[in-house]
Amino acid sequence: MNNFGRILAVAQPCAAQQQQARGMATLKAISIRLKSVKNIQKITQSMKMVSAAKYARAERDLKQARPYGEGATAFYERAEVTSTEEKPSKLLIAVTSDRGLCGAVHSGVARTIRNELATDDSNTKVVCIGDKSRSILQRLYGQNLILVANEVGRKPPSFLDAAKIADEIAKLDFQSGKIVYNKFKSVVSYQVSDLPLFSLEAVTKAPKISIYDSLDDEVIKSYMEFSLASLLYYAMKEGACSEQSSRMTAMDNASKNAGEMIEKLTLTFNRTRQAVITRELIEIISGASAL
Amino acid sequence: MAALARSLRPAMRLLSSSRPVLTTRRGYADEMSFTFAAANQVYYVGANVKQVDVPSSSGSFGILPNHVPTIATLKPGVVTVYEADGSKKEVFVSSGTVTINDDASVQVLAEEACLVEELDKSACQEILSKAQSQLASASSAVEKAEAEIAVEVGQELVRATA
Repeated sequence: MNNFGRILAVAQPCAAQQQQARGMATLKAISIRLKSVKNIQKITQSMKMVSAAKYARAERDLKQARPYGEGATAFYERAEVTSTEEKPSKLLIAVTSDRGLCGAVHSGVARTIRNELATDDSNTKVVCIGDKSRSILQRLYGQNLILVANEVGRKPPSFLDAAKIADEIAKLDFQSGKIVYNKFKSVVSYQVSDLPLFSLEAVTKAPKISIYDSLDDEVIKSYMEFSLASLLYYAMKEGACSEQSSRMTAMDNASKNAGEMIEKLTLTFNRTRQAVITRELIEIISGASAL
Repeated sequence: MAALARSLRPAMRLLSSSRPVLTTRRGYADEMSFTFAAANQVYYVGANVKQVDVPSSSGSFGILPNHVPTIATLKPGVVTVYEADGSKKEVFVSSGTVTINDDASVQVLAEEACLVEELDKSACQEILSKAQSQLASASSAVEKAEAEIAVEVGQELVRATA
């Protein structure tokens, strides 16, 4: 919607110039604009409908995924795993999607990562899930991007998607990290949150790991690989739900703004039309009286 | 201590899987907070159950309340849950993790899970034969490993429905 606003703002001065030159042209210009704004409103309204339907599904899915995510984080919390390294190599995972027009969902995630990178961008790598975070981060921190997953957001995220990404991430070398995502709270609110990631080393050095029975590196390694996929799956579900709800509000606002614009334009259109009629009448009358 | 626990485990397993009623009467009355979720469905959230039998990659074992904390990965097979009211629920899982924490909470997270009674026997057979032909035609090592996993899942599916 922002873009449309910009285009309209540019179009305004020329319309004003035209008015000075000739009334008829303005009338035409206004009716063209009126029509395009009406079309935009139709588009935003139907986009709202679509995202409302998608949101309902995403929320239902999220309800299922919540215990899953909580279960996946429970072990790291109970075992009190912390990253021990002095200056660890960090990995930040931005969970966004390919689709825009959904408020500040993607920029919020990207901003958190940008702030993190601004403090220290050496030794920190970024994995972007979704093209939006990539396009925001690429300009300033292009050299930190290590992996980008796209084709995200067209369909609801599945476990297979998460497993594929987790597979790629498992190949990377990092000591600690974070999954940055939008946590869904309600239709009108979401919050940028993060889930911690740990290396195998950090887990084996955790203070309470010794109370866990019959562990070897192989078990912990495969456990962590699976839990990375579960965490990603959970984060993607949260992100998808926040995105759809936010798109719904954004499109609702856009439709409202378009409605306002239509009202104003109709008023100007009618006034201008009346002015043209009056002017023509004056021209006829004054021409007749001159005879 | 760990060695002792390890040697005790088979004995406990035998005891727990054969006579769950007896073990609960013997004073394992503490509650278990049991969460069982798959990517496609949630079965239990923080529920109090008597016993859970899980197939892990290092062998199947039963979990009673206050089990020693451990983590393990699941292998394809049937998770059996004995609920507090004595009823039994069997769920087939493809893979996943099981976590037992020191606060008596147990998390079983599966990639995919399905009630055993909902499995179709002929469809399971079909999956197995498909996986076997896939294994036969596999050329690269990765393909072969994938097919082997598929065969394992197929075999367990057929066994679960039998």
